[in-house]
Amino acid sequence: MFNIFDKRYLFFGISGVLILSGLIVLFITGLPLSIDFTGGSLLEVRFTTDELPQTTEVIGVYNDLNITDVRVQTTTDRTLVIRSPFLDDDTRANLIEAMEGHFNGEVILLRYESVGPAIGREVTTRAAGAVAISSLVITLYIVLAFRSIPHAFRYGVCAIAAMLHDVGIVLCLIAFGGLLAGWQFDALMLTALLTVIGFSVNDSIVVFDRIRENRNLYRRLDYAKLVKHSIIQTLQRSINTQLMTVQFLLLSLVLFGGATLRGFALVLLVGLFSGTYSTLFIATPLLVVWENQEWRNWLRGKTTDSPA
Amino acid sequence: MFRRYRISFVIILVFVAALIWINLPDNPGIRIGEFERSLETQLGLDLRGGMQVLLEVDLPPETAVEARALQDARQILENRSNALGVSEVLFQVAGTRRIVGEFPGLSEIEEVIDALKETGQLEFVDMGDTPLPEGTVIETDLGRTVSEQVEPSEEDEPILWHTVMTGASLTSVGVTRDELGAYVIQFELDDEGSAIFAEHTTQNVGKYLAIVLDKRIISVPRIETGITEGSGIITGNFTLESSNALAVQLRYGSLPIPLTIVESRVIGPTLGEESLQKSILAGLIGLTVVSLFMILYYRLPGFVAVLAIGIFALITLALYKLIPITLTLPGVAGFMLSTGIALDANILIFERIREELRSGRSLHHALELGWKRAWPSIRDSNITSLITGGILFWFGSAFGATLVKGFAVTLFLGILISMFTAIVVTKSLMYTIIDLFGITYKPGLFGLK
Repeated sequence: MFNIFDKRYLFFGISGVLILSGLIVLFITGLPLSIDFTGGSLLEVRFTTDELPQTTEVIGVYNDLNITDVRVQTTTDRTLVIRSPFLDDDTRANLIEAMEGHFNGEVILLRYESVGPAIGREVTTRAAGAVAISSLVITLYIVLAFRSIPHAFRYGVCAIAAMLHDVGIVLCLIAFGGLLAGWQFDALMLTALLTVIGFSVNDSIVVFDRIRENRNLYRRLDYAKLVKHSIIQTLQRSINTQLMTVQFLLLSLVLFGGATLRGFALVLLVGLFSGTYSTLFIATPLLVVWENQEWRNWLRGKTTDSPA
Repeated sequence: MFRRYRISFVIILVFVAALIWINLPDNPGIRIGEFERSLETQLGLDLRGGMQVLLEVDLPPETAVEARALQDARQILENRSNALGVSEVLFQVAGTRRIVGEFPGLSEIEEVIDALKETGQLEFVDMGDTPLPEGTVIETDLGRTVSEQVEPSEEDEPILWHTVMTGASLTSVGVTRDELGAYVIQFELDDEGSAIFAEHTTQNVGKYLAIVLDKRIISVPRIETGITEGSGIITGNFTLESSNALAVQLRYGSLPIPLTIVESRVIGPTLGEESLQKSILAGLIGLTVVSLFMILYYRLPGFVAVLAIGIFALITLALYKLIPITLTLPGVAGFMLSTGIALDANILIFERIREELRSGRSLHHALELGWKRAWPSIRDSNITSLITGGILFWFGSAFGATLVKGFAVTLFLGILISMFTAIVVTKSLMYTIIDLFGITYKPGLFGLK
């Protein structure tokens, strides 16, 4: 197996670059929040007219009814997604009528969502709460489950570091998705994010569990060797589970499932993959770095070679 | 040694037969004595198409809302919907101030929604000698009032009109047509109401009695004679729909708390159907590929695992029908994810078995150790996923966010069932097959060189 540990700073670096670029994009464009969080209305309509109406014309119809701040997006050749401030049911009915009259053809309402601003705010607070509580509870659980090993706290922290790494990767994906493909961060995306949080720790636990077992068996073994050994033992399982099963299922969902779930499945795909990656390349190397207290060497400008 | 698993195997076979029966598409349902269950898969709105509405109590946030009032409102809304001919409807309380309404299969129901969320408070108000025009909004002395000055009143201070009787005294309400062919609402009063009505009308002949709905005057008839029979009619500019809607509101009582719509979603049926079909296709393709891999890589245990996953799917789908759980699109994704987790548990066990076999243990010993040593990993890693599922469920439940809830529920349930099948079912199947076919250890059978 390739020497993960010797190149661990390289992998830290790769991840760092990815996450940083994602954060920069987010910082500039802001997280593309959907109406679930901001409030407002969304109309997805399919036109049966010969030509798809121009977006400016559609915005004009809205403006005639005194609705401003309208954004239109073309999804397929016949379908438009129109976002606007909150519309009540009567206004929506009027809008459909107006559009049918204006464009001389039937307008099929595929989907309609209207969220009041107060609800939007509450959803946002709850979402932040959900992320915070998840992280906290999971950390506590790890510390509890691994309390028999010396320095149990470290395992919790490293697992959380890996989890934060995965959150960073997911946010990076969403940022670029928003930039390039018009993705919106809605309640479903949040669900994907929370799922990634829950699962990222899964792989870490399996490896930590093996470390715990080996620790009891080989008490004299050098720590880095022990960790490396544990990884190799669990590697086959990680690959099989991740790549061969879960990822395949998700991949087929991305490719063959409908458009509604595509973004969701893609986030899960990347996020769960990152979960395994972070266990191998972030969490466990961090454990070794911590144990060997390598930061003392950073200041001195050299790195310790891991024992072969 | 493997013999004692024969009993488990038989139990599993019987179990599987029952499951297959439950999962049959046109199953008429279960009827055991008084216990009745239709065994159809409940599809969520995003798969069926329909409308979802979130109603919130329209009172200032500091005002406490009794849970009882919310429950009563929920029931009244349901009664009204059914009476208005909406075939399938589901109202649920969400949190402490909200009610979620789901209308599968409907998308154009503005009139229904209006009829539903109106409070429906009917009052008979003494107007004395001054009939105000229809449509005026007034304040009455009935309990707490919230008045809107839609039209400016002539006086500077709003007059507090006296309410003689409310709609609570009505015993029956119906819609008929009067001599001119206009729609009117006919009502009858209970004993107490009749008495009050009789007393007021006999004492106030020649004066005006306004009929007020939600503080808005519908009609102001003049009292011609005393009415002692305890019945009457309400006239106004009614159409068939509006008179029907009002009758329904009156029949089931007024809402104890005012409600307003804060969120609504409509999904057209075409989108839902497309999504469902595609997701099922995706699931089947994925599952086939994965099964092939398992058999190729793990050989005999892989084959057993595929069987176990089949049973896992049967159990899960049967539970969806029995509980019942409403299946949404994210729910389908949750199911697929939990299938992956089920496989993960099996893989953990098999890798362990292979390790033990490689280090020279006997088949029997390796199997026992495999299950024993893999269990802590399975348990610990699944617990975090269960925690996440629980938090997701909590997150979605305050807004009736059925999509999020749907995913959380299928994931949670799937993980629990997967733990069960990996530990119990796979083991029984494996041991039984080894026993039945007298299989001895051959490296090739277990994917080893």
